[in-house]
Amino acid sequence: MRQRLGIRGDETMTDKKQGNAFTNNPIVRAIGVQKIVVVIVLIAMILFFSAMSPAFRQYSTLLSIMDYTYYLAFLGIGVTFCLITGGVDLSIGTGMFCYALIGGYLINYVHTPVIVGILATVACGLIAGTINGLIVSKGGHAPFLATLCMMMILRGLGALVTGGASITWPGATAPNGWTRTLFKMDMGGTKVPLGFLWVLILAVVMSIFLNRSRPGRYIIAIGSNKEATRLSGVNVAVYQTLAYIISGLFTGLAALAYSSAFQSMTPGGGGGIELNAIGGAIIGGTSMSGGAGTIAGTILGVFIMSVLQTGLPLIGIQANFQQIIIGIVLIVAVYIDVLKNKKLA
Amino acid sequence: MGDVILTMKGIDKSFPGVHALDHVDLEVRKGEVHALMGENGAGKSTLMKVLTGIYSKDEGTITYEGKEVEFSNPRAAQDAGIVIVHQELNMLGHLTVAQNIFIGREIMNGKLIDDKKMNEEAAKLFDQLGIDIDPKETMSRLTVGKQQMCEIAKAISHEAKVIIFDEPSAALTEAEIEELFKIIRDLRDKQMGIVYISHRMDEIKVITDRVTVMRDGGYVGTLITKDSTKDDIINMMVGRVIYEDPKTESAVAKDAPVVLKVEHLNAGRMVRDVSFELRKGEILGFSGLMGAGRTETARALFGADPKESGDIYVNGQKVDIKTPQDAVKCGIGYLSEDRKRYGIVVDKTVAENSTMASLESFMKGMFIDKKKENQIAQQYVETLKTKTPGVDQLVVNLSGGNQQKVVIAKWLVRNCDILIFDEPTRGIDVGAKSEIYQLMNELVAEGKSIIMISSEMTEILRMSDRIVVMCEGRKTGELDIAEATQERIMHAATLRD
Repeated sequence: MRQRLGIRGDETMTDKKQGNAFTNNPIVRAIGVQKIVVVIVLIAMILFFSAMSPAFRQYSTLLSIMDYTYYLAFLGIGVTFCLITGGVDLSIGTGMFCYALIGGYLINYVHTPVIVGILATVACGLIAGTINGLIVSKGGHAPFLATLCMMMILRGLGALVTGGASITWPGATAPNGWTRTLFKMDMGGTKVPLGFLWVLILAVVMSIFLNRSRPGRYIIAIGSNKEATRLSGVNVAVYQTLAYIISGLFTGLAALAYSSAFQSMTPGGGGGIELNAIGGAIIGGTSMSGGAGTIAGTILGVFIMSVLQTGLPLIGIQANFQQIIIGIVLIVAVYIDVLKNKKLA
Repeated sequence: MGDVILTMKGIDKSFPGVHALDHVDLEVRKGEVHALMGENGAGKSTLMKVLTGIYSKDEGTITYEGKEVEFSNPRAAQDAGIVIVHQELNMLGHLTVAQNIFIGREIMNGKLIDDKKMNEEAAKLFDQLGIDIDPKETMSRLTVGKQQMCEIAKAISHEAKVIIFDEPSAALTEAEIEELFKIIRDLRDKQMGIVYISHRMDEIKVITDRVTVMRDGGYVGTLITKDSTKDDIINMMVGRVIYEDPKTESAVAKDAPVVLKVEHLNAGRMVRDVSFELRKGEILGFSGLMGAGRTETARALFGADPKESGDIYVNGQKVDIKTPQDAVKCGIGYLSEDRKRYGIVVDKTVAENSTMASLESFMKGMFIDKKKENQIAQQYVETLKTKTPGVDQLVVNLSGGNQQKVVIAKWLVRNCDILIFDEPTRGIDVGAKSEIYQLMNELVAEGKSIIMISSEMTEILRMSDRIVVMCEGRKTGELDIAEATQERIMHAATLRD
């Protein structure tokens, strides 16, 4: 979209009669500007935190930002697809915990090989995503409600499976702790944030999927105008469901990233994380009303969230204030989205 | 006609990159109906928005009741007595008629709303207008026509001196239009100044006293209606003559094969036992009043809405159409009457919209072949003479007529042989209209077949080879174009059980 509009800039300017230069360019600018602003804000934030806190400048902080980024990025990529269809997936936060608990339970208590735990984790995500998708597309439920109910179900389910116990995935030094090295590799004493590579690869793959494949095109079209898409002979239920399946799949991947980065997971946890992921997507320019959004934007937005989350405590802002600040950032991001929609109308 | 009540002189307004109004004049007298005409994008709405304070003007003066004025917002204009009756009704469906009329200025009894008083006041307004509407009725239960009357009542309740009607007849039946005209004449006789914006030439002749024509943001001229002909006005609007001659005989060969046969179609209350045939190369007109069930028939046929019973045959083969996908596979394409809601995806490009129904043939492995997509879209932009700076232009930036062409392109790219055109020229200006007509004629000449639903009698008589008339969900007549007259169609369209 950016690319397309960028190329066209000059040509539309010359066409005064139709008024395209006038109606088109503000949208062009809004899309382009938002990405640029996000990058600038991100750099400004990093500079600010670096100046304020010596601790922020340390390598370990980068690693800790990365730990936050991995799972948020996966959740963000997945939920971006739901948001683009004009829906939302609220079950991803508790879902991530639930799937990681189930996978970890299998490894720790049933003593399955780690790979089984991994597959189970991802499979749980796929199943829950499929159910979400069907309830929304076939059942006609509002995405907000359907996934809110799923969130409650998953919260209960996770606790039920582990019997209320916290779960810790195998540690990095444990014989079966290779899942952790997938994300943070120890190379001669230096820890390399390998997970960033996976995030990058998946972001590129999903970005191509969104922009170049048929399902991707239909998912965007559904968010823009579902009825017109249906009347063009597109099976909208299938592609709407697919968006939730993708969200579920990436929640499964996020569960792996989370359990590799952090110590233990408590049953019933994870609530509220979905808002950080959704917030990242919105900051990155994905529209709450559907039809527009980019994976690159989501990744940038997620970085803002994780830098905030890592940086604020380091400059001595206490947890409650962090929540307030993040809330305000989201209000601003959503407001920008509202302004963009006004321009289109 | 009485004294001048409103004068707009040399109104100039520019937006970045667009000179929207170029020194436009408009003069409205008390007790006249003054038509404001021009193609879409001529600047009529912008001029009215400047008048009512939605936009501020760059140059020029507005004199109202002898004083120079400049309203800062629509509320200020309303308080001064200038009100707009909008084309799209701004009604709150769940509230009652009276509550709608007095919205934002409720009659209070202490701290509470006095519904009883508002009902009485609303009843008085309706009396004054000579319309029979119960103020206590829920708004959504009224017909579009009645809702429009409520809008007018609301306008009058502001003690309006100048009322602007923005395409008021677009959604009304003939009978409702008659009633609307009666009210407008009444208001005129009460010495109000009325500005009437419409695309329908026939109405202009019937209801207005003077006509001001705009073109491309500029003022073209003002005519006295009774001293000018339809062609005079159209000439001023587009600078060329458009003939609206009715077709006299069918262009379809007697032995042309039947490409679509619908038998005993039933779908809800609005489609009762409808049967018809469509021949190759034929334009089959569907006429009837608003709410006759024509769109519902088309939607049921296309699989957009579920049907209860009925058989559909395409090229002699019985087909089972349950969803739009099935219909598209059978080679049927549907242009909806509500383009923006059902036809196009406004925030996507011309190319993306053009290939929407046939994306599978634009794949290169896993990926959409954007080069081919653009190329084919470009080809149809040229064939259909769609005015767009490029195929990567967002459809939202195109005019109504050109948006319609994009929808047509979508079905042509898909190579559909049966096309359902539901009100194909609604909200499209005169010039683009004749282009759409020409296009339809070219399509049938190439062997495509068209079902054309239209509420405009002239359109039906000009385009159709055969005419199906519906009334209250039933087919009440079928006429060959050679035997069709306005009277015969109207007769069938009002044939109730």
